Amino acid sequence: MVRSIPIWILSLLLCLNAGRLAAEDFDAVVETHPVYELLLQLPKASFKTKNQVLKGLQKLSGNDAVPIMEMWLASELYYDKASRQQIYRVSKNAEGKFDIARLLRADISLVPTQSIDKKLLKKVRTNNKLRKALREAIARTTLVNGSESERLQAVNAMLATINSDSAQLIEAALENEKSGEVRELMQVALALHLLIDGTPEQQLSALPQLQERLEPAVRSALNNALESAEADSRLSLALSNTLRKIEDRIEFYGLVEKLFFGLSLGSVFLLAAIGLAITFGVMGVINMAHGEMIMLGAYTTYVVQLLMPNHLEYSILVAIPAAFVVSGLVGVAIEQGVIRFLHGRPLETLLATFGISLILQQLVRTIFTPLNRQVASPEWMSGALELNPVLSLTYNRLYILAFSLLVFGILMYIFKKTNLGLNVRAVSQNRAMAKAMGVKTQWVDAMTFGLGSGVAGVAGVALSQLTNVGPNLGQSYIIDSFMVVVFGGVGNLLGTLVGAFSLGVTNKFLEPVTGAVLANILVLVFIILFIQKRPKGLFPQKGRAAE
Amino acid sequence: MTMLESTREFWRRDQVWPVLMDDDVKVDVSKQVILYVEGLSVSFDGFKALNDLNLYINDGELRCLIGANGAGKTTLMDVITGKTACDTGTVYFGQTINLLKHSEAEIAQLGIGRKFQKPTVFEAQTVWENLELALKASKGIWYNLRASLSASEQDLMLGILDTIGLQTQSKQLAGALSHGQKQWLEIGMLLASQPRLLLIDEPVAGMTAQETERTAELLTSLAGDRTVVVVEHDMEFVRSIARTVTVLHQGSVLAEGTMDDVQNNRDVIEVYLGEEA
Amino acid sequence: MSFLQRALNAGRFGRQSTTWVVGLLFAVTLYASVCNLLLPPESMFYVSTYTITLLGKYLCFALLALSVDVVWGYCGVLSLGHGAFFALGGYGMGMYLMRQIGDRGVYGNPELPDFMVFLNWDTLPWYWYGMDQFWFAMLMAVAVPGLLAFVFGWLAFRSRVTGVYLSIMTQALTYALMLAFFRNEMGFGGNNGLTDFKELLGFDLQADTTRVALFAVTAMLLALAFLASRFIMDSRFGRVIVAIRDAEPRTRFVGYRTDHYKVWLFVYSAALAAIAGALYVPQVGIINPGEFSPINSIEVVVWVAVGGRGTLYGAIAGALLVNYAKTRFTAIMPDGWLFALGALFVWVTLFLPQGLAGFVEKQLARFKSSSKTGSSASDLVEEASS
Repeated sequence: MVRSIPIWILSLLLCLNAGRLAAEDFDAVVETHPVYELLLQLPKASFKTKNQVLKGLQKLSGNDAVPIMEMWLASELYYDKASRQQIYRVSKNAEGKFDIARLLRADISLVPTQSIDKKLLKKVRTNNKLRKALREAIARTTLVNGSESERLQAVNAMLATINSDSAQLIEAALENEKSGEVRELMQVALALHLLIDGTPEQQLSALPQLQERLEPAVRSALNNALESAEADSRLSLALSNTLRKIEDRIEFYGLVEKLFFGLSLGSVFLLAAIGLAITFGVMGVINMAHGEMIMLGAYTTYVVQLLMPNHLEYSILVAIPAAFVVSGLVGVAIEQGVIRFLHGRPLETLLATFGISLILQQLVRTIFTPLNRQVASPEWMSGALELNPVLSLTYNRLYILAFSLLVFGILMYIFKKTNLGLNVRAVSQNRAMAKAMGVKTQWVDAMTFGLGSGVAGVAGVALSQLTNVGPNLGQSYIIDSFMVVVFGGVGNLLGTLVGAFSLGVTNKFLEPVTGAVLANILVLVFIILFIQKRPKGLFPQKGRAAE
Repeated sequence: MTMLESTREFWRRDQVWPVLMDDDVKVDVSKQVILYVEGLSVSFDGFKALNDLNLYINDGELRCLIGANGAGKTTLMDVITGKTACDTGTVYFGQTINLLKHSEAEIAQLGIGRKFQKPTVFEAQTVWENLELALKASKGIWYNLRASLSASEQDLMLGILDTIGLQTQSKQLAGALSHGQKQWLEIGMLLASQPRLLLIDEPVAGMTAQETERTAELLTSLAGDRTVVVVEHDMEFVRSIARTVTVLHQGSVLAEGTMDDVQNNRDVIEVYLGEEA
Repeated sequence: MSFLQRALNAGRFGRQSTTWVVGLLFAVTLYASVCNLLLPPESMFYVSTYTITLLGKYLCFALLALSVDVVWGYCGVLSLGHGAFFALGGYGMGMYLMRQIGDRGVYGNPELPDFMVFLNWDTLPWYWYGMDQFWFAMLMAVAVPGLLAFVFGWLAFRSRVTGVYLSIMTQALTYALMLAFFRNEMGFGGNNGLTDFKELLGFDLQADTTRVALFAVTAMLLALAFLASRFIMDSRFGRVIVAIRDAEPRTRFVGYRTDHYKVWLFVYSAALAAIAGALYVPQVGIINPGEFSPINSIEVVVWVAVGGRGTLYGAIAGALLVNYAKTRFTAIMPDGWLFALGALFVWVTLFLPQGLAGFVEKQLARFKSSSKTGSSASDLVEEASS
């Protein structure tokens, strides 16, 4: 914290002058924060004085001033109309209401307060010029004093509006900069400045530095330079080369992004289909109510969230086992109540479970109304992982991708290593023989069905993070899930994994060419044709028993 | 292959283009052999069900195939009737017909009939209807929309009913027959289709001693006009009907000859009969 | 043997049922038409035009159910996509009716239907050509679904896709078509489908006489379809079909190309469904992509299941009963219908596997065997000698 003597004196004077302060603030009077002193000038200040205040803030230039400047920039800075001696922050919260917080005199930290009405407050007004100055001031301050990521952000912010002032600033900062990443970006900024304002020679010399940069500012500067450099063929060639390289890279990252979206869709398919793969693989029946198991999982998430409104962050972690139990129990009930009696009649099972799906949908419609429900995402799942300026991966999709693989791994473990898995595999390969060996096939059926449905419920938790939760949520997944299972090969979890991801990726790569609906249709047609060639899927169960 | 070679191959004068070939080829048995199985191999997942098997069946012969479980008897029949594809080898019906190029239905229409190990009849239809379906007649769709039984066909079917002893059950649903009766019905269906070659998988399983005897009589009477290949485990039965016996072991032919020859064959004693003794 | 008797009685009842179904259809059609057209509305025997249209709708559904029964009940091919053929037939008729509107549409364009004008199209898409000719439109309404069924069936049956695989494939088919028809670019009116029809062959669609005529034509075509199906199922072709249902591999080894049989039966069935759709559209006055939705197709299956699959009259009875129940139910408690329908699915599959027809025949057989024991044996001999 930097404190210069004149400001000390000024603050002391102001303190003595502060007779009208509210009682609660008197203890703070002793040590009013210098930033606060400056801010107290704002209520009366003209735009010119406001600029002065800003300069003062910059001189103080402790990191403390940055949040204040940001508040100011966002027009959240208020003062009370009556005394003009109190600074407040008024911000809109997620529900669209105003949160009011008072700035403490001593250390300019924020304390939420209910005691004052917004009507008694007045905003510190800004204009565009001031905003620009504010932005620059924030960038400058963080450039020197910020943490590494803050410095990066600051340079990034300056890229779009780089001029000789900011270039100088960056040049100065560059000398003391230790972090290689920040240095690189700073050099890019300087090169960019050369490209914009320099002579053709300077422009040429700047190009190598800009070659692989993906920042939009670099691209637009290159484009501008290319337009004005038509006369100079050497320069324009070099410029267009650089530009092409950048565009190649952008295209590459576009592909990566599409791949990510494809994998993300694939992970949804995987979650939705894997439960079906288990029940279909083992019992040879299609559970048409499988989609509704997903839906029940999603609604369980919603209910869990309603039950623990103060712990949104963790509600989803509670929802996972809860959804597994709810869907799993419903699954066991369906198996014991209906499917058990339809053994060896797969088509009838299909019809009966379809009936159950109708009942479940209508039940949910009656209880929760047909309207869609919104499930809030916890903080740690929102936002995105920014790999570079053109590629950012959203956290919720990343988490779901990882989660689907985790679920897959657990199921693989259950099937390969546990007793239940052994029984299930035995029943799926030769039911009669397994029965003769003393495997309780009925119990295995119930457990398998419970497991498959439970996994569907877990899928519902994941889906609630991506889409709205409604009674029709599951319906749209049953056909896709079935396609995945058929494509991968029945009775083969690994096949389901491969099937899910390849269908997901295919879908996302087709989408830009054909549009979402047509992509969907093409994938369906593809699978119909695929079954012609390989009726048993990608990874068929082998051996004579499979005949 | 160069362009010239392939052109020559295409225009070979000793061959007719497949498109121009008559579909309804007669079985050419001018060499007295009706079935050629050569170098046949089938493997399931690494397990060799058939291993370079060679087998020739003479026209009008009654041949018994014996062998331990897993020797490849049923697989052989599956390949001949087009149910299973083979890895390598050829199967010719007469001199000219390559069976590997035909589907199950076409093979059946060519005149190869099969009785399965487990009797399968059309359970929701009557005995009479079962026989009618199996009749040797066009299997085309249009024909069957307006097909009706001719007098000679009715005579044939009544005769078959007589042979298989199901006259009184002719209007009964096949599903209501006993296991033995289903066996008989399946044999009857085989007769109704009037095949050149009959492949019969374990015909006497589930039959009484009397019925077994009748089956033996029936099969021996069929041989001559038709060619019969029987797979059977019941050695008594085999002895009673067999002129030539082929022993399969691990997917290939171990021995071939009369029952006595085979029984005295050292290899056979070792691997098959030896185990039983 | 009681099983035998039951089967025999079932067979004879099946033959009797032909007369019954055709006779009843004729009687009801005649009665309803006469009472609607000739009696004054005050008369207690008067049948309202609303009822006529409702009956016509039911008969369309009955025809659709018949088409599903032909493939499911007799051949074991559970199609969950017959709604697609129904809807395609409906769109064929809808396109003709759209062209009949001419310049009476909102935008008054003599050539283009309203929705195309709305989308700023300036020419008719090629597949709309000729749809102003009734004969051509009707040909297309049957030929296109038939062709689709042929291609799909050929692909599916040739590679021996059976059982639940096939069912889900058919469901995927109708689902894909639904997605496609929802698109405006397809040129079938997108979401809203085709509607606002004015006249058919020059007759006003709102007129009582047209309504009655449509109803009568539907009844007649249903009777014809019933007779045709009866003929097919009684022929040796039908016996091959049943054989395929019970033991397809065995049928192949007898020498029948089962895939060919299945494909042609599927095409026949699709054509019936398409005719049902074409008759349905002028009576309800709209066709939209919702008709493709998988639940519609699967509902048809439950009609057949309730009525009794494998009996032609059962499919018709099931369609009429369930739809009547639906009309009543949705009027009393709209939300309850899906519960009832869902429960119906479960109940029928669990407790009434052969449907009402199976139940009735069982009762009949029991009644007969108790009333005249011994006579069936002589029947047997008599029939065997015939």
